[in-house]
Amino acid sequence: MGKRIGMEIALAAAEAAALCRPDVIAAYPITPNTHIPEHLSDIVAEGRLDAEFICVESEHSAISACCGASGTGARTFTATSSQGLLYMQEVLPIVSAMRLPVIMAIGNRAISGPINIWNDHSDIMYQRDTGWVSLFAANGQETVDMVIQVFKIGEHRDVMLPVNINLDGFQLTHVVEPIIMPDQEEVDRFLPAYVPYAALHPDNIVSMGTLGMPEIYAEAQKSKNVALVNSKKVILEVWKEWEKQFGRKYEPIQSYRTEDADIALVTMGSMGETAEIAVDELRKQGVKAGLLKIKLWRPFPFDDLKKAVKGIRVLAVTDRAVSFGGPGGPVFSEIRSALYDVPKRPKIVNFIIGLGGRDIQVENFMDMVRRATKGKLSEPYEFYGVRG
Amino acid sequence: MTEKKWPETWQEVNPGCMVFRPGSASEYHTGSWRAKRPIWDNAKCIKCGVCYIYCPEGCITEDKDGFFEANLDYCKGCGICAHECWPTAIVMVNEED
Repeated sequence: MGKRIGMEIALAAAEAAALCRPDVIAAYPITPNTHIPEHLSDIVAEGRLDAEFICVESEHSAISACCGASGTGARTFTATSSQGLLYMQEVLPIVSAMRLPVIMAIGNRAISGPINIWNDHSDIMYQRDTGWVSLFAANGQETVDMVIQVFKIGEHRDVMLPVNINLDGFQLTHVVEPIIMPDQEEVDRFLPAYVPYAALHPDNIVSMGTLGMPEIYAEAQKSKNVALVNSKKVILEVWKEWEKQFGRKYEPIQSYRTEDADIALVTMGSMGETAEIAVDELRKQGVKAGLLKIKLWRPFPFDDLKKAVKGIRVLAVTDRAVSFGGPGGPVFSEIRSALYDVPKRPKIVNFIIGLGGRDIQVENFMDMVRRATKGKLSEPYEFYGVRG
Repeated sequence: MTEKKWPETWQEVNPGCMVFRPGSASEYHTGSWRAKRPIWDNAKCIKCGVCYIYCPEGCITEDKDGFFEANLDYCKGCGICAHECWPTAIVMVNEED
C-alpha cells in the first residue's frame, strides 16, 4: 500500500519516475527542475534503480540521448525548465514524429529576458505545437500520479507519443506537500513493462528518423496529428484505470463549483488551488462563481470544454504566458477559438497573470471575477496587476 | 510488421515513418539532380584515388584497370571530384551536351 508522506514535490516526482523503472535517464540541471534529475541520480547511485543515468553536456543532448535510447526500446525520462526546454526544442518535434514515448517533467519557469528564474508558463507555450501530449499538474499529488500515468499513456500502442508533465517551478517543485506515494508493487501492477513497437537492434531491420520528401511529408504530419488527437481516448482509459486502482479521479478539465455558476475562472497548474479558495470566498458573498482547471493541454479537450461551460455566462481565462502581438494569452486564444461554433457561448475575457513569479493571491482572483462580471474588459486582454 | 511500399495515403504511413526494409535509400536515385557530369580522361589519370576519397556521395568506384568512374544513378554532379583532381583528369560537362 502507498504511504502518505511529506516530501518536496520535485523529489516526489523523481521517486515516482523511479517507481516506473526507467532504463535511461538523461538530464542537465536547470532551476527550478534540478531536484528531479538530481534526486534520480541519487536513486541510481544508491542502487535503488537499475538505470543508466547519462550526465549530458546540455539539454539538447539530454533530449537527443533520450530519443536515441527510446529508439532502442528503453523506457526513458528527462526533466528540464525554461531556457533548457527551449534548447531542447529542435529535437522535441523529432521525438514525437518518431513516435517515441519519452517522458519529460517540466518545472515551468519564465523565459529570458529579462532573465528570470521564477514561475510562469512561457517555456511550455513555445512547445505547444511540437506534437507532445501535454499535462498540467495543480499540486504534488497530481504531479506524482501524472508521472506514473504518462508512461502508460505514451507507451500505449495506440499513442506512441512523448509526454510532458508541467509542474509550476518553485510553487510546486520546491514545496513540501503531503503526498500519497504509491509503492512499487502498486506501480508494477498499474504499469506493465515497455514493449516497443520497434527497436533499433542489429537483429531487427528498422530505420528511424527517415527523410520525408514533399510527396510524403504532409501525410506524415497528418498521421502524427491524428495520433495525438486519438491519444485522448487512451488518456481517458488510463485515468479510469488509475481511479479504479488508486481512487483518485482525473479529468481533462476539472470543474469546481460550476453546477449553477454564472461566472467561471479558468486556470492551468498550481494557481487552480488558490482560485478554488477565491471561488469559496465569492460564494460566501453570494457570487455564483466557479472554476475550470485544465489538466490536459494537448490534445486540447474541445468536447470537455464545451460541456464544462454550459450555463456559464462569463469565462475569465487566466494565462501565464504572453503571445506577443497576438490575440491574447495562448489558453485564451484556444478557448475562444474552441467555443466559436457554440451558439450559446459565454463571454470570454483574458487576464495575463503571474508572469515571472509574480504572486497572485486569493483577493486577486476575487477581483478578477468581479471585474469580469461585465463580460468585457477595457482592453482585449489585460496584464493583470501591471503598474502604470 | 507488414512491409509497405511508398505510402499513398496518410493511413498507410508507418508510425514514426519507420522503414522496415533494408537499403531502401538506394532506391532513391539522386543522379536526377545532376546538371553536370564528371568525365575522366584516363590519359591524365594517375590512379591516386583522390576523387574516390572526396566523393561525398560515395558513388565513385575503381575499375579493374585501376581507373575511376562515377555511378550516374547517384552522382549529383557536385564537381568536388573535378575540383580535387590535381592532374585535372576530371572535367564537368553539361548534361545536355
